[in-house]
Amino acid sequence: MSGLLSTSADWYLMRATGFIALILLTTTVGLGIANLARVAKGPWTRTVAALVHRNVSLLAVVFTVVHILTAISDKYVKVPALSLLVPGLSGYDPFWIGLGAVSIDLLIAVMVTSLLRSHLRKRTWQLVHWLAYLCWPTALAHSIGSGSGTGVDTGKGWSTVIYIVVGSAFAAAVTVRLTRRGRDAVTPLPASARRPAGYAPSATAPTETRPLAAAGTTRPRRNT
Amino acid sequence: MTRRGLRLDPIGCDGHGICADLLPERITLDDWGYPIVDPSPLSDDLIGHAERAVTNCPALALRLEKVLDAAAR
Amino acid sequence: MNRTLTAERTETLVGPVSAVGPAGVARLLDGPPDLSSHVARLGRLPDRGAQLIDLAQAAGLTGRGGAGFPTARKLSAVAAGAGPRVVVANGTEGEPLSAKDKTLLVRSPHLVLDGIDAAARAVRANRRILCIERGNPAVHEAVRIALAERNDRRLEVVLAPRRYISGQEAALVDLLNGGPGRPTLDRPFETGVSRRPTLVDNVETLAHLALVARFGPDWYRSVGTPADPGTTLLTLGGAVKTPGIYEVPHGISLRAVLAHAGVGPTRAVLVGGYFGRWLPARIAESLTISRQSLGAHDAGLGCGVIAVIDDDCCAVAELARVAEWYAQSSAGQCGACTWGLRDLAAATGAIHQGSPDPRAPADVRRWTAMVRGRGACRLPDGAAAFLESGIDVFAEEIAQHQAGLCTRPDRHLLPTPTPQPWP
Repeated sequence: MSGLLSTSADWYLMRATGFIALILLTTTVGLGIANLARVAKGPWTRTVAALVHRNVSLLAVVFTVVHILTAISDKYVKVPALSLLVPGLSGYDPFWIGLGAVSIDLLIAVMVTSLLRSHLRKRTWQLVHWLAYLCWPTALAHSIGSGSGTGVDTGKGWSTVIYIVVGSAFAAAVTVRLTRRGRDAVTPLPASARRPAGYAPSATAPTETRPLAAAGTTRPRRNT
Repeated sequence: MTRRGLRLDPIGCDGHGICADLLPERITLDDWGYPIVDPSPLSDDLIGHAERAVTNCPALALRLEKVLDAAAR
Repeated sequence: MNRTLTAERTETLVGPVSAVGPAGVARLLDGPPDLSSHVARLGRLPDRGAQLIDLAQAAGLTGRGGAGFPTARKLSAVAAGAGPRVVVANGTEGEPLSAKDKTLLVRSPHLVLDGIDAAARAVRANRRILCIERGNPAVHEAVRIALAERNDRRLEVVLAPRRYISGQEAALVDLLNGGPGRPTLDRPFETGVSRRPTLVDNVETLAHLALVARFGPDWYRSVGTPADPGTTLLTLGGAVKTPGIYEVPHGISLRAVLAHAGVGPTRAVLVGGYFGRWLPARIAESLTISRQSLGAHDAGLGCGVIAVIDDDCCAVAELARVAEWYAQSSAGQCGACTWGLRDLAAATGAIHQGSPDPRAPADVRRWTAMVRGRGACRLPDGAAAFLESGIDVFAEEIAQHQAGLCTRPDRHLLPTPTPQPWP
């Protein structure tokens, strides 16, 4: 099987693009949750943040595709093309490559539904998009697992650092997502932000006012 | 002639406000950051921007629907 | 002056006599509630089947829940739907000032149940549901007794949580579908209970329908006006001598109604309850109970609530309290409603507390215009109309408050029951 490049270049390219894809995937998840949590506050910054999330995700897909192509064309490991989409078919390391295949399948599902999102019902798109929470750990496991063994990357200092960083980032993002309690945490630009807080208080109390009977001020709860 | 106009789902809308950035000709934000959507038919030069606004809404709360042009009524 | 609102006392205003059916205007609430008296007075309900839709069309019957939608059109839309249909009778009456539906169910339950049956036959529904608000044991008991008298074991009685929006059509369907009872964007006539075509009608509408089934459209039109035929139930409250439920012919002057209920010097009239608007006394007294007359002042009858406020009551306190209640009543789904009503409550509250800040009334005007039409239901529209008309009609008193003066007692005239919390 002739590859795109020489064997050793394929081998290194495959591993490099794999790690970059993992980093980009982690960044995508982080950006997605930062958008959800309204880290970007101003009008145009929110738009930019949304577009950056989308563009980084596409970049992650690009690097994943190169990662796959170099895996197919590499002569050192015999990986049939179909095994990259269907788990379990690879002769080499079937379990760990299989996990990679699962991860790619999930990524494709997320990408396709996102490209077609204006034609889908929100619930459909949302449920598939949540597969991202499955896609990332699968990709990580694939990376660690297929990187184990002689001559490969797991266990080396630099890869360990990468794994710790992306792992912490993902964990932090998921924590933020879970503690956000849905839309309750969303506070809009308060109307008072457009003017000084509150209204000027009364200089003298009106002659016969008393506190409004039986009306506590409650902050309306938004449903989740 | 059948044109299309924007429709907002007020329940799904989360007040991100990205739509107002992408189509200021038809969408402005109220005092709480939620969009006020002008539903009038869109001219050809705005349709592309409107489609971007629909696609980029994180809550998928915007839709393009067919509306009858005023002349056709 | 008796200010408490009672559901027990009813009055009828005499109108022209008709040939067939109940004479005059006493149509809905006349007579004892038991089945044999009901049948003796009105005869048995004939089975008109789908022909009822044509009768309702000819009669010009419109909904009595507040929206005033043509009943025949709704019946047709549901009948045209695919699959087995559902009839839901809406007796929840979430409007705190209104008591007509509860009164109707206690005093004429068989008329309402007849209406449900007639509607079910007209649209070929195989499921009938009557919804009433939790916490009304008298109503529940009256319905239970009436169903037992009819040997009707299949009509379902469902209790709705006490909230203003519980009775909104889509919210009611949401509740019946196992949800919390929040408005949705589904339209019940297409996608209702169990996603089936569902007819949701106010119990008073169904009561009128039961009479039209018996006595026909000409009889129905024998009182009222050509544009607004028939009678309607009003709940009169506030500063009136004899508050309660009044059945009146459309077209009657508001002054005649108020005179009958006994009013002293009136400052302003709230027409349409918490979905309506304030009208200064001199305008209110020139109006008739008709869409055209009320519509000329942007008002509508809504569910028939008319509340009078006199000079012995701090209107600003009423506005502030109801504004807070609107905010609490929001389902919290739509941004403009959730936050807009909250901020409207803050602004009116500040005025009530005597803030001299001119931004407060300016904000009320700004935000009432801003929230109109922006929700999945009409709650923000109701709040907008009520508050915007309130700060106009009571401008003088507001100016006094903002100058640090209030010369009227807070009478808590307008009820503001705390809505049941969301699950």
